[in-house]
Amino acid sequence: MKTAEEILAAIKTALPEAKVELVQNPSVSGQHSLVVAPEDGLAVAVFLRDDSELALDFCSNATGVDWLDKETTEKVKATEVVDGEEKVIEKTVKHIQPGYLESVYHLYSMRQKHGPVIFRMRTANRTDQVELPSMTPVWRSCEFQEREIFDLFGIVFKGHPDLRRILMWDEFEDHPMRRDYVDPDDYEYEPTPHDEVLKRAQEHQAQQNEAKQAAEVTQ
Amino acid sequence: MAVEPDLKIELGKQGVFVTTLNELYNWGRRNSVWPMQFGLACCAIEMIATTMARYDLARFGAEVFRPSPRQADLMIISGTVTKKMAPQVVRLYNQMAEPRYVIAMGACAISGGPFKQGYNVLKGIDRYIPVDVHIPGCPPRPEALIHAFMTLQKRIEEQPLTGENRPRHLDADAQGLFPVPEPGAHDLVPPVNRLVWPLPAPKPDATEKQG
Repeated sequence: MKTAEEILAAIKTALPEAKVELVQNPSVSGQHSLVVAPEDGLAVAVFLRDDSELALDFCSNATGVDWLDKETTEKVKATEVVDGEEKVIEKTVKHIQPGYLESVYHLYSMRQKHGPVIFRMRTANRTDQVELPSMTPVWRSCEFQEREIFDLFGIVFKGHPDLRRILMWDEFEDHPMRRDYVDPDDYEYEPTPHDEVLKRAQEHQAQQNEAKQAAEVTQ
Repeated sequence: MAVEPDLKIELGKQGVFVTTLNELYNWGRRNSVWPMQFGLACCAIEMIATTMARYDLARFGAEVFRPSPRQADLMIISGTVTKKMAPQVVRLYNQMAEPRYVIAMGACAISGGPFKQGYNVLKGIDRYIPVDVHIPGCPPRPEALIHAFMTLQKRIEEQPLTGENRPRHLDADAQGLFPVPEPGAHDLVPPVNRLVWPLPAPKPDATEKQG
């Protein structure tokens, strides 16, 4: 099978206009992935499926990732004039890299018996521009998995034949797999509380006790 | 009013069979409890095993699993109740005819189990319907389900036909319809049926009888 670099080169020769990047995976598995711009997603997907050498005719897995805003601090040296003297002052500059939602597809070839090739697309942000092209017209197996991504992450797939919630009920409004999802304040006895659950259960109990005391005072 | 056991044995030796209407009634009921045929998750596999030849729940009078709630007396909540499934479970319970009983089988059915802190699983079915017997375990073995069934039979046997503690089906004023939760924007509405959960404290005289 071709390496990720070779696949990238093949895409570049077939579709010179397409914006594709290679994201290296530094771990032992070395599963490097192709990050494709949403507007070129369909064209690249069709190429990956129909190319005789790659023939990635089976999408085994589609999933989502939620990337929050990333804050990086950088130390910058700058010369400033303080009290008539030039001094070199170190400043820390904060950069905020905006967050985005990502869909990830794991592609295999039944014909060539190779894979996986990892194909990713990113939305513009996490709030209002959350649209990505649907891969269901290319790989039929994406249909339910894209519905699941829509349900749990809130990515809207353009061109999906039947985009509805699949796991949660239709009236549900949240997207539970997002990092900033807040579950309903419904804590009772927690058998093994830890971390976030412990904190929230304690807050809940404190609120309950306050309400109880307030009720006693009014009586 | 119960017959004294010693007197009963003595009369039995003489060939006289003595009983009360209460005993006879409960004897009939406890030996013909028909469970409803439905499973929710992996506990259902254990429930199926319990009904098969090796464990044979039919020995205890649970002869057939009825596919219709109208014909069933016992609801075995066998497995995880998701929030999406909970309204349907309550609706099925409402459709069952009195007298009806509920066994909550396994960690998920009694409290949410390993999914308790999840966003999609109900933290125990006893939030919406009254449960008679809880079985811990993940999943409980068939022996545990048989034990729960025998516990339920014991409870049916002890039910009085008259008085304050009589079961719902003999109480004309008792409320038999349990509100079905509605799917809401963030959670089920209401998240708990306050008439059922938290469980009302047992009356002092009732605890004495059991002890």
